[in-house]
Amino acid sequence: MASSPSHDLNRVRAAARADTEVNFGFWAYLMSDVVLFSMLFLAYVNLSQRYAGGPTPGEIFSLHGVFLETMALLASSLTFGLAMVSLHQGKKNHIIGWLLATFVLGAFFLWHEVSEFVHIIHEGASFDRSGFLSAYFGLVGTHGAHVFFGMIWLLTMVAQVALRGLTPAIGSRLARLSLFWHFLDLVWICVFSTVYLPGLIQGGSA
Amino acid sequence: MFGKLTLDAFHHSSMIIVFANVIMIGTGLAVVAALTYYRKWGYLYREWFTTVDHKKIGVIYIVIAMIFLLRGFIDASMVRAQQASAGPGMEGYLEAAHFAELFTGHGTMMIFFMAMPFLVGLMNIAIPLQIGARDVSFPLLNAISVWLTAAAGALVMISLLVGSFSEAGWSGYTPFSGLAHSPGPGVDYWIWALQISGISTTLTGVNFVTTILKKRAPGMTLMRMPMFTWTVLCTSILIVVSFPALTAALALLALDRSAGTHFFTSIMGGDQMLYINMFWLWGHPEVYILVLPAFGIFSEVVTTYCNKRLFGYTSMVWATMAIAFLSFGVWVHHFYTMGQDPLRNSIFGIATMIIAIPTGVKIYDWIWTMFRGRIEYKLPMLWTLGFLITFVMGGMSGVLLAIPGADYKMHNSLFLVAHFHNVLIPGTMFGLLAGFYYWFPKVFGFRLDEKWGRHSFWGWLVGFYVAFVPLYMLGIMGMPRRMVTYDNPAWHFWLVIAAIGAMIVAYGIFAMFMQIYVSWRDREKNADLTGDPWGGRTLEWAIPSPPPEYNFAVVPEVRDRDAFMEMKVNNRAYERPAAYEDIHMPKSTPLPIVIAALSFVFGFAYVWHIWWLAGLCVLGTVAAVIVRSFNEETEFVIPASEVEADEDAFHRRLKEGGVFEHLQYIEEYGDERTPQGKFVEPTTRATSGLPG
Ligand code: HEM
Ligand SMILES: [Cu+2]
Repeated sequence: MASSPSHDLNRVRAAARADTEVNFGFWAYLMSDVVLFSMLFLAYVNLSQRYAGGPTPGEIFSLHGVFLETMALLASSLTFGLAMVSLHQGKKNHIIGWLLATFVLGAFFLWHEVSEFVHIIHEGASFDRSGFLSAYFGLVGTHGAHVFFGMIWLLTMVAQVALRGLTPAIGSRLARLSLFWHFLDLVWICVFSTVYLPGLIQGGSA
Repeated sequence: MFGKLTLDAFHHSSMIIVFANVIMIGTGLAVVAALTYYRKWGYLYREWFTTVDHKKIGVIYIVIAMIFLLRGFIDASMVRAQQASAGPGMEGYLEAAHFAELFTGHGTMMIFFMAMPFLVGLMNIAIPLQIGARDVSFPLLNAISVWLTAAAGALVMISLLVGSFSEAGWSGYTPFSGLAHSPGPGVDYWIWALQISGISTTLTGVNFVTTILKKRAPGMTLMRMPMFTWTVLCTSILIVVSFPALTAALALLALDRSAGTHFFTSIMGGDQMLYINMFWLWGHPEVYILVLPAFGIFSEVVTTYCNKRLFGYTSMVWATMAIAFLSFGVWVHHFYTMGQDPLRNSIFGIATMIIAIPTGVKIYDWIWTMFRGRIEYKLPMLWTLGFLITFVMGGMSGVLLAIPGADYKMHNSLFLVAHFHNVLIPGTMFGLLAGFYYWFPKVFGFRLDEKWGRHSFWGWLVGFYVAFVPLYMLGIMGMPRRMVTYDNPAWHFWLVIAAIGAMIVAYGIFAMFMQIYVSWRDREKNADLTGDPWGGRTLEWAIPSPPPEYNFAVVPEVRDRDAFMEMKVNNRAYERPAAYEDIHMPKSTPLPIVIAALSFVFGFAYVWHIWWLAGLCVLGTVAAVIVRSFNEETEFVIPASEVEADEDAFHRRLKEGGVFEHLQYIEEYGDERTPQGKFVEPTTRATSGLPG
């Protein structure tokens, strides 16, 4: 069964469409993740004023770091978008390039987050200090863990594209990774507006 | 090196636990020895441990459920025996801590390792067949789910030998389940057993939502789905939306216990009510997760054995959806007494009572289906009738408890214990047992014995009343739940009666295992040659029993509700195509047992704080998944010639079984029968849907 490259590309594109069975299943999984995060947000909102005599948000959050993290994550969504554009154009090397760019931005985000955690802990504001800090580390850390697994997935996909080229299976996996990555961006926006923004406003007025 | 694990963990002060361990290890060794002696390991590995076939996975789930039915029941009997032998002037035979492990273990095992696996097992067996599919959407994920459940069950089992199990009740309320009050390994075992089985269930939910929405045979619109499929769809959606709340609650509790965080502690800004809210945000939907599919099973049973279409299909669908939706708005009724304002309690009380309305609709639909039907009193019909009568009583006591004022009196009393057993046993348990009998021939190719089945039914039914009606009394007399001893002499009599009830249930359980054994012994006599032992109406009865690996040689075309009955009426049943096609099926793989084994070791390592080992297990799981993702040869082909040969053999059996004459009869007289056994007017409803 000989098929032309363009015919193959159409199959890859079809596999990357959002309404395939396996993509639908992935949406269902994402819904369960939404609930998981909702619970962590619930915990945060519930505990966010329980300082137990320890530090308050205004004392530990730094706008500078959060700004950089947010920019890196937003940019990484853009680079992933470009990877998907390259997928639809069938440009293998471009895909790899954009995926690696996404990886680097993700790594920047995570590195920043971790160094911020280390900094806060050094100041004596660790997760075992108060209900507020537990909830903060729990929520932001879970998002960070998701980003970490997303990065492992990214590297795996880079390897697969490099070794196997563009197959329908790989096109379909990239579509799901893209969903996952944009989803994490969305969660981050919620983290930003639930955790950092009120915290900083409060800190400013205190 | 071994974290907190020392030889002390193997030391048990209670002789009863030592004895239980001897039995557990002895049974385990005997099974291993027998399998080795009969050289069954290779067969088990090829056919069962590595399978991705939904029917076999269903069987594995039910085997797990049966093992835990026994263990859960033994624990319950020990609780009953303790309360019957304790009281004023009597000590009973159990220490308080062991007693607490028993009621915790009983509740945990019955919900997570008996009811849930049983249910998911029946879902696995029936759903793909009912919707005319060759497998679920994600067969590999399905296999991972079943072995994760097994791994979680193994964690519960090993807690008997190494360390101890939780004493914090099946709901693990904080702050008692926190480190300050429960420093031992018990709560950690409980957390990881539930966490792993919960993740397994979430994956199952994702799998079945996708399967039902995306894999239905052409022509099967949503409003043509069998009722069981509908209820499983609603249950799967509930699973996807509610189980993550449990996952979150358990994860945060684990952090509190091992990392020193303060989510749920009573100091440093923790909030114990947060846990309780999260737990019931999952916990209340969970009771509907357990009961909706049972409702679906009763619907299948009633239509099949009354030889009628379901009365009020549309109302049944809407009632199911209404219950599923409402189940998210009532969780506060589990803690009316914990201090929120009366307005909030009233709102949740009313919301709770509203659930009785769609449930009532369902009850009437079943009754109207039976009305003027030709009822065959086969075993599943008995379970259904037992359910209808008993469940209504349980529902009523639920409405009583839903009144916040009344609940202040009954909260945490044995009245509550009587109530939830009164819905779980007739609702879930009877439904599961009805489904077990109903689909058993489909999976194994022979019917279950009717006589022992009836013994089992009466054992369960009578035993239930004798064991639980006294608990209503005791609740009203003021006896709290979970009492190891008590000093009110008036309670003793009723507790002895309840213990007798448990013994009657024991006979029901014994009869069920006898039923399985006897049916297996007489399997030739009970053989189901035609694949349609009950005159079924849905697609699973259109194929051989046991079905071939690929289920349907040709994917059926659905033209009506009760799809197979429509085929019989319109002379389309068992139609053969001009030519068969090759069928692609997923290959077996050891990945699921590898992941499950790693999860088990991870859970064990976490319980004992063996961090390096837990880390290795996570790495191993990620590596296994990545390696698998590079494997592209995940399918194999069943050639058309083989499919055709299978079908030839099936059609020979159909002829021998006289199926075709019977079909002519149906074609002539239609698909519904009067109480006298006559067929009613033929229905001409070839392509259109039925009026609701
Ligand atoms: C088969 C007969 C059964 C008997 C004799 C039985 C007996 C008991 C007893 C004696 C208790 C402890 C009551 C107390 O707190 O004083 C209990 C608790 C419980 N049972 Fe059952 N039970 C049975 C079946 C089931 C089934 C089928 C389920 C679930 C599907 C179930 C779920 C529970 C739960 C969740 C608890 C609460 C445990 C706790 O307090 O943490 N039981 N049962
Ligand atoms: Cu409830």
